[in-house]
Amino acid sequence: MTLIGWIQILLYCAIVVALVKPLGWYMTCVFNGERTFMSPILRPVETVLYRIGGVDEKREQHWLTYTVAMLLFHVGGFLIIYGLMRLQALLPFNPAEQGAVAPDLSFNTAISFITNTNWQNYGGESTLSYLTQMAGLTHQNFLSAATGIALAVALIRGFSRSSMRTIGNFWVDVTRCTLYVLLPICIVYTLFLVWQGMPQTLGAYVEATTLEGAKQTIAVGPVASQVAIKMLGTNGGGFFNANAAHPFENPTALSNFVQMISIFAIGAALTNVFGRMVGNERQGWAILAVMGVLFLSGVAVTYWAEANGTSTLASLGLTGGNMEGKEVRFGIVASSLFAVITTAASCGAVNAMHDSFTAIGGMIPLINMQLGEIIVGGVGAGLYGMLLFVVLAIFVAGLMVGRTPEYVGKKIEAREVKMAMLAILVLPLMYLGWTAVAVVLPSAVASMANAGPHGFTEVLYAFTSATGNNGSAFAGLTGNTFFYNLTLASSMFVGRFFMIVPVMAMAGSLAAKKSIPPSAGTLPTTGSLFVGLVVGVILIIGGLTFFPALALGPIVEHLAMNANALF
Amino acid sequence: METMKLQKKTTASAMLDPKIVVPAIRAAFVKLDPRLMIKNPVMFVVEVVAALTTVIFLRNLVTGGENLAFTFQIILWLWFTVLFANFAEAVAEGRGKAQAESLKKTRTESKAKLLEGSDRTCRLVSGTSLKVGDIVLVEAGDNIPSDGEVIEGVASVNEAAITGESAPVIRESGGDRSAVTGGTQVLSDWIRVRITAAQGSTFIDRMIKLVEGAERQKTPNEIALNILLAGLTIIFVFATVTIPSYAAYAGGSISVVVLVALFVTLIPTTIGALLSAIGIAGMDRLVRFNVLAMSGRAVEAAGDVDTLLLDKTGTITLGNRQATALRPVRGVTEQELADAAQLASLADETPEGRSIVVLAKEKYGIRGRDMKELNATFIPFTAQTRMSGIDAGSLSVRKGAVDAILSYVSGGVSQTVASGNTVRALQPVLSELGREVRTISDEISKAGGTPLAVARDGKLLGVVHLKDIVKGGIRERFAELRRMGIRTIMITGDNPMTAAAIAAEAGVDDFLAQATPEDKLKLIRDEQAKGKLVAMCGDGTNDAPALAQADVGVAMNTGTQAAREAGNMVDLDSNPTKLIEVVEIGKQLLMTRGALTTFSIANDVAKYFAIIPAMFLAFYPQLEVLNVMHLASPQSAILSAIIFNALIIIALIPLALKGVAYRAVGAGALLRRNLLVYGLGGIIVPFIGIKAIDIAVAALGLA
Repeated sequence: MTLIGWIQILLYCAIVVALVKPLGWYMTCVFNGERTFMSPILRPVETVLYRIGGVDEKREQHWLTYTVAMLLFHVGGFLIIYGLMRLQALLPFNPAEQGAVAPDLSFNTAISFITNTNWQNYGGESTLSYLTQMAGLTHQNFLSAATGIALAVALIRGFSRSSMRTIGNFWVDVTRCTLYVLLPICIVYTLFLVWQGMPQTLGAYVEATTLEGAKQTIAVGPVASQVAIKMLGTNGGGFFNANAAHPFENPTALSNFVQMISIFAIGAALTNVFGRMVGNERQGWAILAVMGVLFLSGVAVTYWAEANGTSTLASLGLTGGNMEGKEVRFGIVASSLFAVITTAASCGAVNAMHDSFTAIGGMIPLINMQLGEIIVGGVGAGLYGMLLFVVLAIFVAGLMVGRTPEYVGKKIEAREVKMAMLAILVLPLMYLGWTAVAVVLPSAVASMANAGPHGFTEVLYAFTSATGNNGSAFAGLTGNTFFYNLTLASSMFVGRFFMIVPVMAMAGSLAAKKSIPPSAGTLPTTGSLFVGLVVGVILIIGGLTFFPALALGPIVEHLAMNANALF
Repeated sequence: METMKLQKKTTASAMLDPKIVVPAIRAAFVKLDPRLMIKNPVMFVVEVVAALTTVIFLRNLVTGGENLAFTFQIILWLWFTVLFANFAEAVAEGRGKAQAESLKKTRTESKAKLLEGSDRTCRLVSGTSLKVGDIVLVEAGDNIPSDGEVIEGVASVNEAAITGESAPVIRESGGDRSAVTGGTQVLSDWIRVRITAAQGSTFIDRMIKLVEGAERQKTPNEIALNILLAGLTIIFVFATVTIPSYAAYAGGSISVVVLVALFVTLIPTTIGALLSAIGIAGMDRLVRFNVLAMSGRAVEAAGDVDTLLLDKTGTITLGNRQATALRPVRGVTEQELADAAQLASLADETPEGRSIVVLAKEKYGIRGRDMKELNATFIPFTAQTRMSGIDAGSLSVRKGAVDAILSYVSGGVSQTVASGNTVRALQPVLSELGREVRTISDEISKAGGTPLAVARDGKLLGVVHLKDIVKGGIRERFAELRRMGIRTIMITGDNPMTAAAIAAEAGVDDFLAQATPEDKLKLIRDEQAKGKLVAMCGDGTNDAPALAQADVGVAMNTGTQAAREAGNMVDLDSNPTKLIEVVEIGKQLLMTRGALTTFSIANDVAKYFAIIPAMFLAFYPQLEVLNVMHLASPQSAILSAIIFNALIIIALIPLALKGVAYRAVGAGALLRRNLLVYGLGGIIVPFIGIKAIDIAVAALGLA
């Protein structure tokens, strides 16, 4: 580990934190329906969209209506992507003449993109037409991100409202989020990426002759526009198979740094939206602090593991840490940091191959996802996931001050606990369950690139990533098989929607409750004590569930590696 | 203090008292019935897996398997875990059962004198045949057959059966002390009672059910906690059932009994086992405090209270006022008045009377005189005359309510007229002295005091100024409540100026002066509209709406039937200050649950470190590194974890029964302390405990 490395990490954190307040303020205005400096341009577009869609923007929805609207919206999204992939050979903007995508891969990818997972069982440049990339993937990148944010805002409204039946209007929230937040930032961001050297063209792949005289096809396309939302919306599905490790998808150190910032920007700022909406910004900062503690611990471990390398590498005379699977352009710090960010945040873009990390270095991304991607997390999803843990932490410990537990003025009672448990339950069911099936199924084991604990980790990582809607792959595992296409799709679907429905039910029940003014008897939820409490509950309730699996994967691999046994 | 007497059976002794422990051990086995166990999801699951492993063990015993001794021990401790949980519940119930037994004795079959028809003829019937609305006559020596309202007469009643207090209390028609309880005994005079409770639902019946825990319903927080525990159990099902497949991939295998051991140690058995005991003990604490909660919900709500409405009289001030000044009429010296007032109070044992004697001695140097020497007879205070005094030879001194004394000096007897249930004194024609006394008494009233007129031989002498005395230590109690985050509001019928003076002296946060029942109700509704929970106590019929509206309404046992029905708690001692303790008991109940839940969950860390390496060691010897406790062998590690898991239940029963101590230090400090003790302690203790058990297991050669 080097000083300059740590300065990079701290600079990164400083910039993310600096963006929290302004972005949080702006998003609060947007979701409260207030006028912003963008209104003169965007308001007319917004009203036209409502008129076309027949949406009455003044009319708010009950949580059930809100949820049903969201689900219907996703059925539409699924059909569009699936249709485009199956029919892309017949449709325009296909200069590379890509054929129809297989049904199981189309199904997997469609589910993957509507759930904000963006698991890549496809190789972008070798499978998809420009139209599929733009109208299918990029389009869903926007909408799945907007959905996540809308749901988080709906849950925040549950906390901030008092004795109300409604939690907002889904159509209005998604429209405003896309128009006012995602689109303006992405336009500027795309231009920045193009400046950094990223392609943005509808032209065909370029034929080049190398110095040795060999012919090479260089894949290009509308890359920058897709990468912008891929990062900002924590989608992570790459234009190219190599994702952010590809020079056209991540050309420079600066583009790498800005991409990392854009992954966390909205998720971190949403904590401020929460604070503002519940009437005390410190509540938001406390949640961000919980995320910060977990994040920096993860960064420290991964950076340490990667910078120290392994005894095996050292015995071969390779010093300077573990560079296997990393881009030389980015090096150890930027690769370790990127890996922790992308898994903390449900993004799933990768600029290095996590499969090649040391056992411990690769375990942190795995743990980040297993905790439910609540460390900043996916846009929106991270916040509501974190709030589930906060509800549990408050419920367990809040009783210890001798009152029915309350959080930001809302009593946490049976219904909230039930919904929080339901939402959290489905996660281990999916990744522990499917992993258990896969590792004893010979055909599924055959997909592993490595044997022993490392192969086990590959499978565990795949299902964890899918369930957490992360989408990053540990690589190594050949995921484009019938078994994995279907099981991973089911993990993505359950991981997203079986969590959302209870969360929305909780939002509805919270909104209907009275707000209780705080008193000296109220559990303080803004101090370090609270932060420590939530971190503890996350690690014990969230983390211990995976301890057996981790012990059989990365932990035993690490211990074996120290004894010079490799897998 | 009566409550002290009833509290003699402390928690520590309950665990050792054979009268409780022996039946509790028996009950622990009876409770193994799955139909009873299912109410407690966590322990039910343990019972199911214990039964399953027993079946597997028996099969292996026949077919011959490996590690039979080890398997047998694990299974034994699984059953112990279930039994210990049942035992905890039985011990908690045991104390209530003993109390219920003594209550049942009072419910003996009794005859009732039923009054029938318009001529009210008396017929002797069985007490159990009475219906709501029947009117019975109860005379000296009779037991009151059922709960009811006095509609005629005054009587002294022994309510020791329910309050434990042997001093008789007065029950009379009309006022705020008209409720009588079935099973109590009339000592003197007679009353006519209208029955208000059907057989089986009387106060004593409810009390028996309550202390027996037979009708115990899960409280809202308990339900929520059960959901959390059930959820955690399901998560750990996922965590454990997937392990065999992982092990198979790694080329190993894991026996069912080891998996079960891991599962049972991981699920929150500690809190699951003690949850109902905590609830029963919480109710029991209230009962021992002579407060009956009609539902567990009310006890929990008490912990959540934000605003306390307290009646001034009896709660904030001593119900009994004290003499502070003497105001003679013209032509009478203070000394003369003091002398007469002292004579009238010599045999008066009320605090007011004694305070007059003290004042006469301290301020006027009049020493105590002996009644016998004076050859005086004491004329006690009665509700009818509303005055007291002495007659000694020709001397006759009286002191009492101004109206009563005025009518006494004008006509010799008080003139009253009955109209319905209310008794009104007719206004006598006032003499000049009478007018002067009235003026003085009005002045005293305005200053917040109570006037007491004194007359000797039919002549008015003057007025004694009785003043409200704020209870000692009450200021500190209010400061404590403030630290708990509870706002206190004093309710009084006084004028705002007097109220403000007393409020400032007592240190309450706010007051409601000249409060009518409607004002009280409105105040409660306003507070509730702000999202606050309100507690109050009251006794009168006109308190009933407010008692019903309040989230915690404590009715005084001396109060009317209407008040007792409206409140969700009844204070048998009729001590309004107890509201504060009730709040503390509520908080204690919630805290105990939270503390043991936290402890239970935090325990899992050590258990993982004990069992995981032991489980996988056979095929991944590297994992020995995780055996941070250096447990002797894999089998010993697993056995130690499961033994610790069972024994910790027994170890925590006293805490569950006694409750975690509440300190009024504010939520932040309280949380810090409890997190340190039960959170951090919960992580550390099992490491030590499991290691210690492991040493013992290895030494005994058990594994």
